[in-house]
Amino acid sequence: MWTWFHKLASPPYAYDVAGKCQPWFWWPSLILMAVSAYGGLVLAPPDYQQKDAFRIIYVHAPSAWMSLFVYSTMAIAAGVGLIWRIKLAHAFAAACAPIGVWFTGLALITGSVWGKPMWGTWWAWDPRLTSELILLFLYLGYLSLRSSFEDISRADRASAVLAVVGVVNVPIIHYSVIWWNSLHQGPSVTKTGAPTIDPSMLWPLFCMIVAFMLFFAAVMCDRLRAEILKRERSAKWLMKEVAVAHERDGVPNV
Amino acid sequence: MVQGLGEVAWTVVVRELKLTSRRWDQAVQPLVFFCVVTTLFPLATTSDLAELRHIAPGVLWVAAMLASLLALESLFRPDVDDGTMEQWVLSQQPLAWLLLAKTAVHWLVTGVPLVLISPLLATALGMAPEAWSTVIASLAIGTATLSVLGAVGAALTVSLRRGNMLMALLVLPLEMPVLIFGARAIEVASYGENPSSSLMLLTAVLLFSVSLGPFAMAQAMRIGIE
Repeated sequence: MWTWFHKLASPPYAYDVAGKCQPWFWWPSLILMAVSAYGGLVLAPPDYQQKDAFRIIYVHAPSAWMSLFVYSTMAIAAGVGLIWRIKLAHAFAAACAPIGVWFTGLALITGSVWGKPMWGTWWAWDPRLTSELILLFLYLGYLSLRSSFEDISRADRASAVLAVVGVVNVPIIHYSVIWWNSLHQGPSVTKTGAPTIDPSMLWPLFCMIVAFMLFFAAVMCDRLRAEILKRERSAKWLMKEVAVAHERDGVPNV
Repeated sequence: MVQGLGEVAWTVVVRELKLTSRRWDQAVQPLVFFCVVTTLFPLATTSDLAELRHIAPGVLWVAAMLASLLALESLFRPDVDDGTMEQWVLSQQPLAWLLLAKTAVHWLVTGVPLVLISPLLATALGMAPEAWSTVIASLAIGTATLSVLGAVGAALTVSLRRGNMLMALLVLPLEMPVLIFGARAIEVASYGENPSSSLMLLTAVLLFSVSLGPFAMAQAMRIGIE
C-alpha cells in the first residue's frame, strides 16, 4: 500500500493518474448534479414558509460546505508538503486555493441572494455569513502571499505555513463569530422553518453535496495537471510526453 | 558555548531593550498613531459623548489593532537587514524561543504604552471610570496576542520588499477573534456587567497563540532567511 502512496508523489505518475481519473469524477458529477437539481427544483415541495425561495439551499449549502472542506484539504496537503517535503503536496495545495475561493464566493453570493427575500436585506451580519467572509479573506491572503514570491519553492513553503496557521484558526474564528452575534440583539434572522427537514427535500441536498465533491475532484485533476506542467516544464519525462502527444495529433516537431 | 534557555532569553531581552533605548521613535510612533486614529472617529462621526460611548470599545480596539500592525514593521526587518537574524537561524539555540523573547520585548515596548494610555482615550470617548480596569485588562491581554499573531505574519513576509500591505491582509483575518473578544469585554463592562467570560476567552486565545505561534514564526523565518 505504501509503495503505491510513494509512487503517487512522483510528478509523472501523478500526472498520468490524474489524467486517467478525471473523466471518472467528471461524468458522475454532472449526472448527479442533474439528478439532484431535478429532485431539488422540481420534485421537492415548496417550503411552507419560504415557498420556492428555499430552493437556493441546493447551491448554497453544498458550496458553503465545500469552501470549508477545500480549505482543510489545502491545509492538510500544505502540512504534508511542509513536514515530508513532498513537492507534489505543495502543488496540490496550490491547485486547491482558487477552487476554494470560487466555492466561498458562490456561498456568499447565494447566501446574500437568499437573504434578500428572507431577511429583506442583501447582507446581514449573520454569524455564518460573517465567518464565510473571513474564510474568503483567509483564502485571498493565501493567494496573495503565494503570488508575491518569485521562487516557487519558497512560495510553497511560506504559504503552507499560512495555510496551517489559518486552519488552526478557523474553528476559533467560527465560534468567536457565533458568540459575538449571540450577544447582540439578533436581527431576527434565526432559523426559519422547523429544524427537521422533509426527506423529499433532504436527499437532493445530499446528492448535491456528493456531486460538488466529485466536481471538486474532477477540477482538481485538471488543475493539478496544469500545476505539474508549470513546475516540471523543463523535465525530461514531460518533453517525452509532449513529443508523444505531438506525434499522435500530427503536430510537426519543432 | 552552551547556555540555558533562561540565559538565552535574558540575553535577547537585554539586547532588544538596549536597541530600543537608542531608537525611541519606534516605540513612540505606535502610541501616537493609536491616539491619532482614536481622534479620527469623533471627527468622522459625532462629538456627542453619549453616542461615542457606544462605539468606544470598537474604536479603541480597531485603533489598537492598526497600531500593532504598524509596529510590526520594526519587529524583524532591522535584524534581517543587518544579518543578525541569519546568525540566529544558524545558532544552536532554538529559534522559536529566541523569536518569542524578541516578540515579548516588542510587546513590552509597543503594546504596553497603548495599554497605559487607553484609560485616557476611553474617558475622552465618554466611558465611565468603572470600565477602566477592563479596558486595561482586555487591551493588555489582547495586544500581547496581536503581537504573537502579527509576528507570524511579519516572519512570513520578511523577505518581501513590499510586504506591508500583504502582512495586513494575512494578519487581520487571523486577529478577528481577538478583536471580537476584546471589544466585547469592554462593551460588557461599560454596561456595568461582569466581563470575565470574554476576558477568559481572550486569555485562552493568548495562551494558545503563545504556545503554538513561535513554532510557526521559526518555520516562517527559516523560509524567509535562506
